[in-house]
Amino acid sequence: MANVIRRRGIKARVGRGVLYAVLITAALFYALPLIVMLMTSFKPLSEITAGSLLSLPQDPTLAPWAKAWGEACTGMRCEGVGGYFWNSFAIVIPAVLISTAIGALNGYALTKWRFKGSELVFALMLFGCFIPFQVVLLPMAQTLGWLGLSSSRSGLVLVHVVFGIAFTTLFFRNFYVGIPDELVSAAKLDGAGFFRIFWRILLPVSAPIIVVSIIWQFTQIWNDFLFGVAFSGHSTQPVTVALNNLVNTSTGVSEYNVNMAAAMIAALPTLLVYVLAGKYFVRGLTAGSVKG
Amino acid sequence: MAALDIEQVRKEFGRERVLKDVSLSIESGQFLILVGPSGCGKSTLMNAIAGLEPVTSGRILIDGEDVTHRTPAERDIAMVFQSYALYPSMTVRQNISFGLEMRKVPKAEREQAVERVADLLQISHLLKRKPAQLSGGQRQRVAMGRALAREPKVYLFDEPLSNLDAKLRVDMRTEIKKLHQRLGTTIVYVTHDQVEAMTLADKIAVMRDGHILQLGSPDEVYNNPVDMFVAGFMGSPSMNFIKATLEGGKGACQLRIATPEEADLVLPWPSARGADELAERAGQTVILGLRPEHFSEEDERLTSQAEGTLLTACVSVVEPTGADILLRLPLGQGEVTARVGPKCAITAGERLALRVDMDRAVLFDADSEHRIA
Ligand SMILES: Nc1ncnc2c1ncn2[C@@H]1O[C@H](COP(=O)(O)OP(=O)(O)OP(=O)(O)O)[C@@H](O)[C@H]1O
Ligand SMILES: [Mg+2]
Repeated sequence: MANVIRRRGIKARVGRGVLYAVLITAALFYALPLIVMLMTSFKPLSEITAGSLLSLPQDPTLAPWAKAWGEACTGMRCEGVGGYFWNSFAIVIPAVLISTAIGALNGYALTKWRFKGSELVFALMLFGCFIPFQVVLLPMAQTLGWLGLSSSRSGLVLVHVVFGIAFTTLFFRNFYVGIPDELVSAAKLDGAGFFRIFWRILLPVSAPIIVVSIIWQFTQIWNDFLFGVAFSGHSTQPVTVALNNLVNTSTGVSEYNVNMAAAMIAALPTLLVYVLAGKYFVRGLTAGSVKG
Repeated sequence: MAALDIEQVRKEFGRERVLKDVSLSIESGQFLILVGPSGCGKSTLMNAIAGLEPVTSGRILIDGEDVTHRTPAERDIAMVFQSYALYPSMTVRQNISFGLEMRKVPKAEREQAVERVADLLQISHLLKRKPAQLSGGQRQRVAMGRALAREPKVYLFDEPLSNLDAKLRVDMRTEIKKLHQRLGTTIVYVTHDQVEAMTLADKIAVMRDGHILQLGSPDEVYNNPVDMFVAGFMGSPSMNFIKATLEGGKGACQLRIATPEEADLVLPWPSARGADELAERAGQTVILGLRPEHFSEEDERLTSQAEGTLLTACVSVVEPTGADILLRLPLGQGEVTARVGPKCAITAGERLALRVDMDRAVLFDADSEHRIA
């Protein structure tokens, strides 16, 4: 951006050069594991055992990816992570949508239809953001058992929704606090009710915070491992759990290239989401604070 | 029949008592203006009328029907908010027709209503825009249009013009007055603007600390204030208050104003104005209230017919406003403001002879601040 006035001396230029060098080194340092992973996933196994970790693939191949997707052994079965990849989607999509919808309604009710104790309710909900996952494992397992949802996808969806509501409510509550109450008053006088006001007045201006909520929830749930391990069955495992099994399956030599390809597959959706929607995420997080 | 009746309404937020026993009543088609210092409960009263906040006790009647426990939608009220509160995601057209849509008015009728108010407010060319694409004055008109599209029993306006610049404000004020004359609707209107209050109102209610101090026509409130607060609140520049001692007996009272370093100023009280009752208070300290326009420049040519009492004082500040000149001059213990014609050629430091119109002066009890004459 050219909206900064800066000095233009030799000294200033050298300083700037050093600054850039430091920044680029730091960036490389952080990107290195990813780069190594990517390179390794395209190398045949022979090249990995022989060559250096940092060398470019001499003979790039997609075979490790194909194997990771369709043939690699995850525990007992050897079907790759592909099926689990879709499993993850089947869990993540409903969980994200439901928790976002509930968070939006909660935020709306807590800000625009205040009731006695609504602040307390909100404060209690905030607790949910700070509870460590491990604490709820046992009670949650018990509850899922009672509900007959053990080891099912719906069970996992439920767990993620329950855990996500704290965050989504926080997002939407903070966003709706910034929307003038008079809008809701005006709509009430116009004759609209609770849901109509939400649907016609609040929701159309909520796009920024919906994006934030979806991205946040998507990455959280997609990357979840603990709940996946604890509450899923063989056929309902999310991809993160499958990846772990794949890497830990010890038959013969470790196929690093396949492991890396599987890891890339597991990480790709969240990476993509950040690349495609990251700027909306930042924009949405600051949306409440700027008028316009 | 009264279009709106408010009976002993109280409103508490937790322990804070915001409305303390407010009662008022306005006839159908009347224009009521609520004025009062910031935080006195005007918006709270409006919200109570609209049904946006439940009242702690008391009753609210619209057209004789008790609506105290009805929802805003059931009360048939339209409100224009200070912030306009236009729905940001909707076009002007949708904003105006939303209320009708919610009330299940058929589409054709809605279209007609939109056309009608758009013509009335001259916003036809803006119907396709979103609120963010409008100027302040245009938004204000759309907000008004949204209220006018429906034909509710009562309109509520909470400082609708306060965000506009001075010129636009005067224009909109005139338009609102015309609208009211044309449509004959019942309106409750909150404002901080003295001129708005005086020009628009059929009735003015002056509020303070959750009470209504005085409810009356603009003329009554301005010329016959019930106490020092109302007298000081209405009018700009505000009324001058001068400490004086009441003297004399039946039929002939006078006010003695102690002046430092000079002889006391003595102003005779017009005998027609309740001098008998005042006689009982002889010797007491009272507060004399004089509006700036109760002073006038002494004109030699008119001396023979001029009314009022003559006094001279040394002018300390001269403030021309264009239409007239405001003078600050010492009187009694403090300074007063006098309004004289724009032709008055006086500079600060000079002595000026002024007449005081005691027929329009008012007197207050020094302790209770209530009006005594
Ligand atoms: N929700 C609330 N909770 C607690 N106190 C409130 C609430 N709303 C208003 N008040 C208090 O009630 C009093 C009156 O507020 P109100 O908004 O009616 O004032 P107002 O006369 O409209 O003032 P202004 O001229 O500044 O608009 C204020 O002291 C305010 O702090
Ligand atoms: Mg107010």
